Amino acid sequence: MANPTVVASRLTKQYGEATVVNALDLRLHAGEVFGLLGPNGAGKTTTILMLLGLVEPTSGTVEVLGLDPARNPLEVKGRVGYLPDAVGFYDSLTGRENLRFTARLNQLSRDEAEERIAELLEEVGLPEAADRPTGTYSRGMLQRLGIADALVKRPRVLILDEPTTSIDPEGVAEMLALIRSLAEDRGVTVLLSSHLLHQVQAVCDRVAIFVEGTVVAQGAPHELASKNRGPEQVEVQTKADQERLRAALAGKPFVEAIQASRVPNVYLVRVTRGSTNQLISALVQAGLELSGVRRSSDDLDEVYRRYFHREEVAVG
Amino acid sequence: MRFTGVTSTGRRWLLVDAATLETRPDRYRLGHGWKVVARKEFADHLLSARFYVLILILGVAAAGAVFAASGGIRAVAPSAVGVPALFLKLFTVTAEPVPFPLVVFIGFLAPLLGIMFGFDAISGERSQGTLPRLLAQPIHRDEVILGKFVAGLAVVGLMLVALTVFVSGIGIFRLGLIPTPAEIGRLVVWLIVAVIYVGFWQALATLASVTVPRAATSALIAIGIWLVLSLFGGFIFQAAANLLAPADDQTAALRTEMVLSRISPLTLFSESSTLLLDPTERTVDLVTFDQINRAIVSDLTLWQSLLVVWPQIVGMVALTAVLFAVAYVLFMRQEIRA
Repeated sequence: MANPTVVASRLTKQYGEATVVNALDLRLHAGEVFGLLGPNGAGKTTTILMLLGLVEPTSGTVEVLGLDPARNPLEVKGRVGYLPDAVGFYDSLTGRENLRFTARLNQLSRDEAEERIAELLEEVGLPEAADRPTGTYSRGMLQRLGIADALVKRPRVLILDEPTTSIDPEGVAEMLALIRSLAEDRGVTVLLSSHLLHQVQAVCDRVAIFVEGTVVAQGAPHELASKNRGPEQVEVQTKADQERLRAALAGKPFVEAIQASRVPNVYLVRVTRGSTNQLISALVQAGLELSGVRRSSDDLDEVYRRYFHREEVAVG
Repeated sequence: MRFTGVTSTGRRWLLVDAATLETRPDRYRLGHGWKVVARKEFADHLLSARFYVLILILGVAAAGAVFAASGGIRAVAPSAVGVPALFLKLFTVTAEPVPFPLVVFIGFLAPLLGIMFGFDAISGERSQGTLPRLLAQPIHRDEVILGKFVAGLAVVGLMLVALTVFVSGIGIFRLGLIPTPAEIGRLVVWLIVAVIYVGFWQALATLASVTVPRAATSALIAIGIWLVLSLFGGFIFQAAANLLAPADDQTAALRTEMVLSRISPLTLFSESSTLLLDPTERTVDLVTFDQINRAIVSDLTLWQSLLVVWPQIVGMVALTAVLFAVAYVLFMRQEIRA
């Protein structure tokens, strides 16, 4: 693989006694979307600020595009787009003026900046609101403008802190599509942090699950999921009653529990990992009329939930 | 509203980038960022409500003061022949019913000007949530604070110049006096000193805005210091002088008080103003009747006046520089997240 664009090794940040980020190792490559997942207060924002050189690490090193953010802050910040958590703009300026200010700080020429800004405002869906003061914007609109702001400088690395909060679901899908296209078509390295797993796992090539400053798991979402050895939960929808279901599955070693759900005719069956197929064939052989079978919880969801609740989980 | 044409635009960017990626400056021009910040701040100030409120207050005050002063001068016109730098009296004398001459009035309002354009310099960025975004751009942190300081001072300078021209215009019209080059020179130097004085208060307010997260608190701190110095300053310095000087020597006590009071920029500015706008004033120190009687009456040139108050001016610059440096160092070490 090509040279990594963002490297953190043994990155640590302590505030007094509290260790906010603990010996973090990251290697991100061009064209990759990397998700930093974790509950609020896990150290995601601190990590991001260290990558940008805005917070000094207690120990460990950061390299962004081959540069140390502490030694070459301008070169790094000129190539890294950043959308902060709860992004703010100058209320009295319009969206366009706010972006123009960013463009000037990035030393873009006037013509290039105007063209770029118009293009980006169109892209994030704010062309009508562009010439209104940002004081009149909704939270979601500010978030969209924040994305445009981060892209003004044509970044090679894009860091998004909680990009999907306060955007409506349709907007989230659009934003995630935009992120994917930036990574795939332009080779931008995208690092995004989130506490919302579902929105993020679809778009990320790799994720790191981050709890209390420590990465507890890192890898592609499906890899992480396959490391989960816990039971799977399957929703079985059938006209048959619970008696017949229990009878059909009696004596099967892979079945751990059967219970009715809140929805009529839908039952929850817990089976050992990887035995969903066996469950289906057992039900078919017993002659039950199935109208639907579905895994009720996503694999990664399970991993995530367990880490977040700091349960012991069997990860290889 | 939606993210339109995501994929197609994404591909368009790819094409654009291949051509323009190389034009990105490899080394960012130094000393560029603070100008961008200053330009934005300057424009913001000129459009802000506070600017118009201040213009209004200053305009009304200046008009009142200059009419009173010119009226007073006209009333004594026959005996005013031969008075040196008569034109500058527009700024330094008053008549009923206006209580202060213009210079005193500006000395009083200058702190307010400085505080108004400095109190939310950093705390405003924090409360709007723009600070992390701003600092993630390719500029140094010090350029933010420097740009804001310069912009505020430029606005204040603009206001003071406009005010002086306005007052001079009324004066020329009412008195028919044309200022001599020497008088214009004194006015220009005085304006520069006034801007330095405002700079002190702006540096103080900037320091408050760095240390306190809320803009309102920072304004209150700066205004509090101003009020304490202007209302109780005299009293405090007098009490301190009485403690320090020998009890039976009134002259010594008075001298000590004068020296102590020069810690306060209020004193420094009022002494500088007096000397710069009146060529007949020869010293800011205590003089005995004996000394006055024996002095040969003659006017000071601008250079001589400047020489007398040079320590005062340097003192103001030094105080400003110290406050600004403290604000700067604190800001450099500060966490981005409050």
